[in-house]
Amino acid sequence: MNDSPVIEAKNLDLTFETNDGPVHALKGVDLTINKGDFVSFIGPSGCGKTTFLRVIAALEHPTGGTITVNGMSPDEARRQRAYGYVFQAAGLYPWRTIRDNIRLPLEIMGFPKAEQDAQIDRVLDLVELRGFGKKFPWQLSGGMQQRASIARALAFDADLLLMDEPFGALDEIVRDHLNEQLLQLWGSTNKTIGFVTHSIPEAVYLSTKIVVMSPRPGRITDVIESTLPRERPLDIRDTPEFLEIAHRVREGLRAGHAYDDE
Amino acid sequence: MSWVIFAIVFWAMGYWANYKLANGAHSQSRLVKLAVPVIFGVTIIAVWEGLVRGLNVPHVILPPPSSIAERFASSLDILWVDFVQTFVKGALSGYLIGCGSAFIIAVLIDRSPFLQRGLLPVGNFIAALPIVGTAPILVMWFGFDWQSKAAVVVAMVFFPMLVNTVQGLAATDKMQRDLMATYSASYWQSLFKLRLPAAMPAVFNGLKIATTLALIGAIVAEFFGSPIKGMGFRISTEVGKLGLDMVWAEISVAALAGSAFYGVVAIIEKGVTFWHPSQRG
Amino acid sequence: MRSILPILAVVSAIVLLWYGAAVSMNSKWAQDQAKRADVELSFSELVADTWSQERPRLPAPHQVVSELWKSTGEMALKGRAFSKRSLIFHGWITLSATMLGFVIGTGAGILLAVGIVHYRVMDMSVMPWAIASQTIPILAIAPMIIVVLNSIGVQGLVPKAIISAYLSFFPVVVGMVKGLRSPSMDQLDLLRTYSAGVNATFWKLRLPSSMPYLFTSLKIGMAASLVGAIVGELPTGAIRGLGARMLTGSYYGQTIQIWSALFAAAILAAVLVGIIGLIERSTLKRMGMSQ
Repeated sequence: MNDSPVIEAKNLDLTFETNDGPVHALKGVDLTINKGDFVSFIGPSGCGKTTFLRVIAALEHPTGGTITVNGMSPDEARRQRAYGYVFQAAGLYPWRTIRDNIRLPLEIMGFPKAEQDAQIDRVLDLVELRGFGKKFPWQLSGGMQQRASIARALAFDADLLLMDEPFGALDEIVRDHLNEQLLQLWGSTNKTIGFVTHSIPEAVYLSTKIVVMSPRPGRITDVIESTLPRERPLDIRDTPEFLEIAHRVREGLRAGHAYDDE
Repeated sequence: MSWVIFAIVFWAMGYWANYKLANGAHSQSRLVKLAVPVIFGVTIIAVWEGLVRGLNVPHVILPPPSSIAERFASSLDILWVDFVQTFVKGALSGYLIGCGSAFIIAVLIDRSPFLQRGLLPVGNFIAALPIVGTAPILVMWFGFDWQSKAAVVVAMVFFPMLVNTVQGLAATDKMQRDLMATYSASYWQSLFKLRLPAAMPAVFNGLKIATTLALIGAIVAEFFGSPIKGMGFRISTEVGKLGLDMVWAEISVAALAGSAFYGVVAIIEKGVTFWHPSQRG
Repeated sequence: MRSILPILAVVSAIVLLWYGAAVSMNSKWAQDQAKRADVELSFSELVADTWSQERPRLPAPHQVVSELWKSTGEMALKGRAFSKRSLIFHGWITLSATMLGFVIGTGAGILLAVGIVHYRVMDMSVMPWAIASQTIPILAIAPMIIVVLNSIGVQGLVPKAIISAYLSFFPVVVGMVKGLRSPSMDQLDLLRTYSAGVNATFWKLRLPSSMPYLFTSLKIGMAASLVGAIVGELPTGAIRGLGARMLTGSYYGQTIQIWSALFAAAILAAVLVGIIGLIERSTLKRMGMSQ
């Protein structure tokens, strides 16, 4: 594993002013993410995991502390198109075909036409949607739409991929399949991935590092370096090693009062 | 008397036919869905004809459909002149000017939430007012001819179109706008690639409403003063002469023009917003 | 309430533009008069003149407001609220036709909507016509209805009310049908598990669910009824009512009269729709359905 930090957060604070008073979405967050890491963020609602992802993406701005992405400010990194973002909903434009949806960031970033088509073909292969380029989003299943959304995020070759509960709206069988595919993709492209999830097995299965967070205020309760090998078949979820890591995650969530009643 | 019996029998047959079709096995097919309202319409016309003739209703009160059809066929030249004056010169030009300017202004004020917060309530308010009342004023400013009618149409369609377009431009959700932010897209890129296409359903809703308003505006404006042609003019003078079959003939032209106008806009809408759930059935 | 400032800004801008337009549109007449009297007008004299002409091309806002006041409040204070020159009188004439037509049209519309939702035959035969009728300029029929009814002896209030009824009828039908059909399949299935009949389903589920749609249609219907009553006053050269006032104003070149009648109609429309809005808010709040 490389040791060059891609994301470095030191004492990060983010407080929202709301009608019901200030909300400490993030407090004192210290975290380093290195190149090639697959980092999952797990925790209950309000623990700040999505907020942290959005701060990296420069969609939110911290009120205290520092954070650098690729050695520069998140805004600068965003301007340099350093990352691809995948939302919980596929968010494809219904008036564009799948190919043209993937083309969207390439158009905005000014890629020449020939290169656009080459990139689209490449990422369609990566997510195994080769024959579906001319279809419209509403002609595809939910899982396929989400794959198209991932392809869109990969199209412009950013080294950093930020994913906010991308498989949350899908059923478990589709989810398993997509998890496998995502790991293969990560293996072949060596990108750095930040992944927000609600699911403990998903976090443990996918990650090299698991960040357990808890709410009120949003903070990191535990950072677990996974001991599982990089190549992982789905069956690894039944091994004792896997269960031990999952247990540690659950302990971290309990310590953060994730299982208490409101 | 036989006419009245004809009317009653036709009504019974029409009702029976529709009842069978509506509750039958094929009631959901496109053919049946088309046939039932058509049968209903034909029945109404037949009953109309039968009752008017059978009960000897004076033709100056309510002419039977047959005499209306006769008048229609024999007055095609007058009807055409009136149509061009009212619809083409008055309604259509006012529609294009009014909708076009409303669309452009909506895009211009898009960058100013302050202006939007001010214009939207004012626009909604003005859109609910009896704008046809401005007709005499506009006749005074623009003269008797089609220009004042076009002006009334502009006044009537502008605010509904403005309100609909502004709502359409606001139709994108936060996630979509965040996605654009992650691409570091400029305001114009975001406008042309995301917000304008997403606004099209609301824009066409406004355009469809405007077609009805345009025709009403042009015709009613002519009630307030017009050169000796135009559908509104013809209606008000023929009404004065109790030439009601001509009035009905003009109204039929208006009805045809209105539905055709709406239909054309709806077809264009289907092409542009093919992706919207409402168009995919 | 943060909309108050922008609204005020927009309204003030409109008023300012209005004053400016009054100057430019009325100046020709003022210059002509001055030339006839061999007098040169200074700029401030020109402006003052354009804002106080008797038959201006564009009355200034304060002229319209003062005429409005003269023919409403002032007359009411003198106890002559219902004299033939009072806008309250004319407004009342138009209002009564509007209200009668609105009530008839809304009542009939709701009944037809209930029929359409419950009887397949009515749904398939009438509903397409109801939708199609919204593309037809129904207002064009107004003169004919007035004249026909006059010739069989029905005059005054009723013919205008019929036009108003007709105009509010279709929006109410279309809106109510949408509203009565708005409950989801899940909701309807739940009532079926209670063995609830058509009546119970209607009163307990369909009718309450249709309230938001009903109020929207009522507002549209009210505005349409008012327009119908006004247009209904035009054909026979009526002399009573706001529409008649606008017509006589245009015949005699009394532009300020036209504008004040128009404003009175606008205020009437705003008040009527506003009242429905208030009823809507309190009803929906009591039903827990307010947005």
